[in-house]
Amino acid sequence: MPLFEVLGLTHFFGGLKAVSDFNLTFEGGELVGLIGPNGAGKTTVFNLVCGVYHPTRGEVRIEGRSLARLYPHQVTAMGIARTFQNIRLWPEMTVLDNIRVAHNYRLSYRFLDVILQTSRYRTAEQGIDQRAGEVLEIMGLRDYAEELAKNLPYGLQRKVEIARALVIRPKLLLLDEPSAGMNLGEKEGLIGLIRWIRKEFNLTIWLIEHEMRVVMNLCEKIQVLDFGETIAHGTPEEIQGNSRVVEAYLGKEID
Amino acid sequence: MRQYGLTILAFLFFVLAVGMSWAGTLSSYIQLVLMFVGVNIIMSSSLNLVNGYMGEFSCGHAGFMAVGAYTASLVSVWCFTAGSVFGPNLLPPAWAAVLFPFILLFGGLMAALAGLLVAVPSFRTRGDYLAIITLAVNYIVKSAIENIQPIGGARGFMGMGRVVNGMKEVADIPWMMIWTWIFVFLTILLIKRFVSSTYGKGIIAIREDEIAAEIMGVNTRRAKMVAFMLSSGLAGLAGGLFAHILGYINPGSFGIMKSTEALVMVYLGGMGSLSGSVLSAVFFTLLLEILRPLQLYKWVVVPLILILLMLFRTEGLLGHRELTDVFPRLKHIFGSRGKIDAAL
Repeated sequence: MPLFEVLGLTHFFGGLKAVSDFNLTFEGGELVGLIGPNGAGKTTVFNLVCGVYHPTRGEVRIEGRSLARLYPHQVTAMGIARTFQNIRLWPEMTVLDNIRVAHNYRLSYRFLDVILQTSRYRTAEQGIDQRAGEVLEIMGLRDYAEELAKNLPYGLQRKVEIARALVIRPKLLLLDEPSAGMNLGEKEGLIGLIRWIRKEFNLTIWLIEHEMRVVMNLCEKIQVLDFGETIAHGTPEEIQGNSRVVEAYLGKEID
Repeated sequence: MRQYGLTILAFLFFVLAVGMSWAGTLSSYIQLVLMFVGVNIIMSSSLNLVNGYMGEFSCGHAGFMAVGAYTASLVSVWCFTAGSVFGPNLLPPAWAAVLFPFILLFGGLMAALAGLLVAVPSFRTRGDYLAIITLAVNYIVKSAIENIQPIGGARGFMGMGRVVNGMKEVADIPWMMIWTWIFVFLTILLIKRFVSSTYGKGIIAIREDEIAAEIMGVNTRRAKMVAFMLSSGLAGLAGGLFAHILGYINPGSFGIMKSTEALVMVYLGGMGSLSGSVLSAVFFTLLLEILRPLQLYKWVVVPLILILLMLFRTEGLLGHRELTDVFPRLKHIFGSRGKIDAAL
């Protein structure tokens, strides 16, 4: 059974067809890119997968189970984590609390346990603290744990966001333009980081990216969207040589 | 030892307040003010849960207070006193001493259910629109009570004084002072535990970025429901206490003015600061009493303070911080959870 499937995903915003008949299959372990010009519908695809929108037609499945009509937090609990195009940390919370709160996807205690501070609650919170500490340690963020997220430089905020997604122990990690707003040095670092977390956490990664250097460097396969339609998919070399892709990005030559 | 500092201080205060009331050192006026301080602490810290920690703007807190006040009063009068409304008493009046906290909790429960009136719309709307809904709920509750004639309608409802007298038959101690402050401490403990848990921090994440919270695994609907019900339930407790302290309630006491008072206390103390809410409730209640000679003019002075506060210190006296963050030395007395050390 494939790890993750998207079957004929189609979505309308009013009369506008934002995504049309999108298909994709991950067997597990891939690192695949999703590219396309601005407004092609890349982020919409991610939002449809995460349950932010419900697709007009089509279906998303993880390990054979359908994600139809699930709320985003339920999709998360099924093993899909993501980061955002514009960093969406909780700015007035500390880095540590940002990581802690992500554990809400699977809490083993209830409201009454909190109020009565039962042993179940204390054990669970200890586990959360420990796991949050581990993740911060692995990601080299330990020194920033007590810092408010908004006070961190951009590159580190991105790293915290990835750390927050990793807490969920995802089977599939969606990265929405991870290199946006980064300088050259940070981008190089990011490429290394993505390769490393993929191996370390044994992840399947699907990323949206505008920066061709990052995409061509990282991805084994690339899918290209334009006006919601898949216009090409293949290896980076195949994509680079594809005339429709060049056309979508640069426009058609007028004879 | 360190982490018990606050508990010891609270206990000392409690013993002093109750002891001096019992011995008669405090005049009944001072006692009344002290009890109102307690009621206002519950009101402001519970409203802070929604307005400060969750970042919604609820401006109908008095509506939930009214639900709690009327529920608790009706049940206690029905059970423990003989009167024209409910007929003879169901239970011996002396039993009130033991059953009173349960009646209060029942009032809180009803107020929490009324909180659903706000919680359910909050799934679909937020910000200004939700604020208007909370305002509407305040009016719905107030007008509903005004129009239910058997419980007094706009004239109000009384008889709780006799219930308290029933308790005094058991032992002649300042019962309401005791219950008020016990519930104040329980409220503070409850809110503190809630907002320092991973579960409760979910509502802070909703304030910071609701969509990110939902996508990162926080069940935002459930979190909102819990926060609104907890907040309104505690307001209901405050209402029940208020009713039994005064012995008389009328719907007019639970209007928009009362909600505004709660709002002022929250914003004065600081959004998302529990110690700020407690301090500002104390300060604000005392201020109103000190300004009492000004009569209606105090409602010129108090809003003026609010305007100055908004101009010079928008986040309130202790915005998003606790007293121990402002005065780190206090940690020696109050203690605090070693954050990163606990995690690593």
